[in-house]
Amino acid sequence: MSKNKKIKLTINKKSIEVEEGITILQAAEQLDIKIPTLCYHPLLEPYAACRICMVEIKIGDTSELVTSCNTKVRKGMIVETDSERALKARKLNIEMIMARAPAAEKVQEIAKGLGIEKTRFEITDPEEKCILCGLCVRTCEQIVGANAISFSERGKERKVYTPFGEPSEACIGCTACAFFCPTEAITVEDTRGRKVIHEELNLGPSTAIRVPIRQAVPMVPFIDEDTCIHFKTGECKICERVCDREAVNHEMEDKEIEVEVGSVILASGFKPFDPRRIPAYGYGRFNNIITAMEFEKLVNASSPTDGKIFLANGEEPKSVGIIHCVGSRDENYNEYCSRVCCMYSLKFAHLIKEKTNADIYDFYIDMRCFGKGYEEFYHRLLEEGTRFIRGRVSEVTDIPLTEEETGKLIIRVEDTLIGIVRRIPVDMVILAVGLEPGMDQNEIARTFNISCSQDTFFLERHPKLAPVSTFSDGIFLAGSCQSPKDIPDTVAQAGAAASEALALADKGIFELEPITAEIDEELCSGCQICVGLCPFTAITYDKEKGISEINDALCKGCGTCVSACPCGASQQKHFRDAQIFAEIEGIFIE
Amino acid sequence: MGNEAFEPKLVGFLCNWCSYTGADLAGTARMTYAPNLRIIRVMCSGRVDPQFVLKAFKEGADGVLISGCHPGDCHYQEGNYKALRRHRLLSKMLEQLGIERERFRLEWVSAAEGAKFQQVCNEFSEQIKKLGPLGLNGGKNERNET
Repeated sequence: MSKNKKIKLTINKKSIEVEEGITILQAAEQLDIKIPTLCYHPLLEPYAACRICMVEIKIGDTSELVTSCNTKVRKGMIVETDSERALKARKLNIEMIMARAPAAEKVQEIAKGLGIEKTRFEITDPEEKCILCGLCVRTCEQIVGANAISFSERGKERKVYTPFGEPSEACIGCTACAFFCPTEAITVEDTRGRKVIHEELNLGPSTAIRVPIRQAVPMVPFIDEDTCIHFKTGECKICERVCDREAVNHEMEDKEIEVEVGSVILASGFKPFDPRRIPAYGYGRFNNIITAMEFEKLVNASSPTDGKIFLANGEEPKSVGIIHCVGSRDENYNEYCSRVCCMYSLKFAHLIKEKTNADIYDFYIDMRCFGKGYEEFYHRLLEEGTRFIRGRVSEVTDIPLTEEETGKLIIRVEDTLIGIVRRIPVDMVILAVGLEPGMDQNEIARTFNISCSQDTFFLERHPKLAPVSTFSDGIFLAGSCQSPKDIPDTVAQAGAAASEALALADKGIFELEPITAEIDEELCSGCQICVGLCPFTAITYDKEKGISEINDALCKGCGTCVSACPCGASQQKHFRDAQIFAEIEGIFIE
Repeated sequence: MGNEAFEPKLVGFLCNWCSYTGADLAGTARMTYAPNLRIIRVMCSGRVDPQFVLKAFKEGADGVLISGCHPGDCHYQEGNYKALRRHRLLSKMLEQLGIERERFRLEWVSAAEGAKFQQVCNEFSEQIKKLGPLGLNGGKNERNET
């Protein structure tokens, strides 16, 4: 709103000074005078379709009825929002709208406020909700910028429609029209067949601008470019308009920043195993099968259910099965143990016991309670009455064999302690998914010239003597990017990595390998075979000199380039060709 | 030269981090194995120049072993893969020169596999004994001036 000059007017006998250019409706709002509206929205251009906002204005001796949403204030204007004439017009209009859209609740509400119970006009369609206010059409045009819907036909036949009544190609599926519709006449149907695993637990993003999680640091919202309307059509920017602090900036882009550092600590983390890869466990097919992460979000005090444990139908579960080692210790997926799942599964069992009266079954292969106080916690759970069944679950199914199993999820498992196959019906299944290396693990490894072990977790320099260092000097590891780890171990390792990095910085000097390779400038032909072979990118080609050069700080002394050099220009200190030839000769002296 | 007391001369190029340490382990664990292998330490199996192998055969070796870290475990990330590539090519070339494929062997022995090193040594030694001496340079240590 421009800082124009102020003008004085009177609304309902109250005098007010407002900026020039605003509407009567806005001026009345400043005086806390309520004028009912249907087709008006502060973010859109006024359209004056519903004519519910009628007010009477007097200028001099004349008086007229105007729609307050699109009539600008004028100097000395006298406005009566609830005069007899205005109310009469408003009542007539709402009756007409009631006849048009008898099913619209908002309309009924306003009518009741005006003392009207029934319309005098003929109702054509008792199910109709649309009042033809055009808010959706204006939203699509002015905010979304997609122009996917519009009015079609005329008079009685008038309706909001897509071109030719077919699914509009221009529609981006933002659902803004349904959001703005004052009478809920537009509904959104999910035709893509996405299945919400747990209704209470819709973990997907609800809005394009949001705070990622409640515990986020810093506690600042971000814009999700994939769902934000602005990034699809270039319009909208509602958030920018409503933010008083002018903190929203759509023009901001990802930037590459170059920072010179002496050492780097990699703490790129893990990704949880996707249980869809094990179809037999039914994740994504049946309701009430959730992953550990989803359960954690459900049971968290700040969850959508306030920490209460519910099934998809809103009831409390009477029995819960927790399946351990999903995607871990399994040669079909990951052979390693993910370390943390046993303990978090025990924690879940404890929380379920605390919050519900459910029977809890824990299906485990081995209980790995290796940390301080962990074994004691396991014993506490045994005493609490959690049922532990040793055996790998073969499948989770919804096909009942007995009455008791009807309507439940049935867990099939071989109880290896008593040697029989059991079927255990439960209401809810929690999958204790394992930890997997992060998605771009190999790319990071390549960038930092470090290696990965066979399970693609980063390889440490030595499992016992240098567990936080890597083969690249100055690159350290912390957390689950090196191997699955619980929080205490991660904190300990991160501390070690930080002090290793500081020790290096404190020393201020860098020790070179004594066995690095060197290139004889006289002999090098500049063929660059060595450049491609070096796993540490220590060799660069000098175009001016026409030879390759070795960076001593990067060279680790493997000698691969030496054995590949066709002219013998590259030689490894202490492992020169001549030295090894002499060794070979020496072997055969008797 | 079907000498019954034929003791082959074998040359082994062992990488510093896995195989040489593995051999060391076999030693410290006091494992006994065929004494025919003479070891040359290199930093990485990727350091083994094909010329070293040819030189060893020329000097009178009856068999040559290259041993490095298991794939994926290389201390220098991928040196062992380069050794693998070179071994493939060189084996073909050696065959054309009349040197049996079996005389040139590539093995992966980790630092923890003392027992595997023992087994490789015994096997290789046994195999070459069956093949008999190669007979280059008379199987003797007479220097052939090039």
